[in-house]
Amino acid sequence: MTTVSAERLATLFVEVADTLIDDFDVVEFLQMLTQRVADLFDTGEAGLMLADHRNRLNFMAASDESARLMELFQLQYGDGPCLDAFRTARPVTNVNLAAAAGKWPEFAPRAAQAGFQSVHAFPLRLRREVIGAMGVFGSATELDDADTLIVQSLADVAVIGLLQERSIRRGEALTEQLQGALNSRVIIEQAKGVVAQAYGVNPDEAYALIRAFSRNTNRHLSEVAATIVNELPALPNLTTR
Amino acid sequence: MDERAGRVLRLITDEPVRGGDGDGVTGVLRRLCSAAERALSAQGVGVSVGAEAGVPGVAAVSGPACRALEELQFTLGEGPCLEAFNRRRPVLVPDLADESPGRWPAYLPALHEQGVQAVFAFPLQIGAARLGTLDIFRGRPGSLTAGELRDALTFADVAVTTLLDGQAQAPPGAAADGLDEVMGQRAEVFQAQGMVSVQLRVTLSDALARLRAHAYAEDRALGEVARDVVARRLSFGSGQS
Repeated sequence: MTTVSAERLATLFVEVADTLIDDFDVVEFLQMLTQRVADLFDTGEAGLMLADHRNRLNFMAASDESARLMELFQLQYGDGPCLDAFRTARPVTNVNLAAAAGKWPEFAPRAAQAGFQSVHAFPLRLRREVIGAMGVFGSATELDDADTLIVQSLADVAVIGLLQERSIRRGEALTEQLQGALNSRVIIEQAKGVVAQAYGVNPDEAYALIRAFSRNTNRHLSEVAATIVNELPALPNLTTR
Repeated sequence: MDERAGRVLRLITDEPVRGGDGDGVTGVLRRLCSAAERALSAQGVGVSVGAEAGVPGVAAVSGPACRALEELQFTLGEGPCLEAFNRRRPVLVPDLADESPGRWPAYLPALHEQGVQAVFAFPLQIGAARLGTLDIFRGRPGSLTAGELRDALTFADVAVTTLLDGQAQAPPGAAADGLDEVMGQRAEVFQAQGMVSVQLRVTLSDALARLRAHAYAEDRALGEVARDVVARRLSFGSGQS
């Protein structure tokens, strides 16, 4: 990316802050955030994971399917930049995948095969705790110190989103939100399964249907997903506008 | 399985059986409540089950005083356990004296009368499949420490797998194996759950019970069975698609 204009940055942060309103959906918010981060890069995608109480990362959101796969690879094979950022609480930047097979024997070759050349990852931090990580997968783009700071700030905004409750001072609020957010993601996966079966499509196509329906009806993604799984077998018709 | 889960399971197995414990799920849950009471320095711990399959009710408690508190929530239709269940996330109240009297106008005085000063309620759920709640009542104000919070969430995980095993009529002790596979947070398992619930026209928790029963009978990992369902190599029921 290297030096985003101050104007563009200001607009970006205002847009993000603007979604932190009362009626707000955590999964949708994180998805929007990964898209905004990806947009900062000429060719880059972003994905985000949150830790559960067993200190295991869980996939939450990604700017596109390829970034989702990169996150899932890391979870499945147990190595990769997001896991490192999560463990060390420090950003991992400018790693050339072609030279990273020693560092991440499982992740690096798979990411390279998927067409990525470089990766970066940023911890999601709250005070002394690390609650997740955001990965950026891209072409050979180098991040300088200023860039790193910008992307890390966006990762910090993700944490603010999770703390969006009024009573931020309460340590309990984070646990409540985090557990709720992790469970929302599970509901979305269940809804993908329901729609995949009911419409005879694969889970990715099912997700596209669910998202389109949520946009067209101006309803939150998590709410639509919950409706789909709760109203079985009276599944709403997702293909009408 | 991680160290914490192993320790929590041992605490439950080591908890002596009392006269009046049922042999099935309710007996295990009673010991879970007593073990949690001790581990979390609580005044009482209860598990209530809801809803998906019928009328919600108290499944198990660590002691009689706690049963009254649990039951009262259903009578009054308000309280932290019902709120955790409805909102699908934990409700953590470290100091009831700080709570606005309007939150649970009838239930708060009852808690006060019993000397309860803090309540922590955890939903027992996997996505949209809601099984009940685990409620921890404490006689002194103050937050759960980070370690206690993780223990509490792990007790909740064990309660979830125990309830699922009850539905699947799994052999005793299956909870230990089930903890990792069910809580492993793999997207395919949740998608398969959604698909099977449509195939069999059953609830999500029944669908998961069927998936687990199948995996157990065929001596395969749940994740493998789920992948076959998602890839449509395996279908439950004789219905369409």
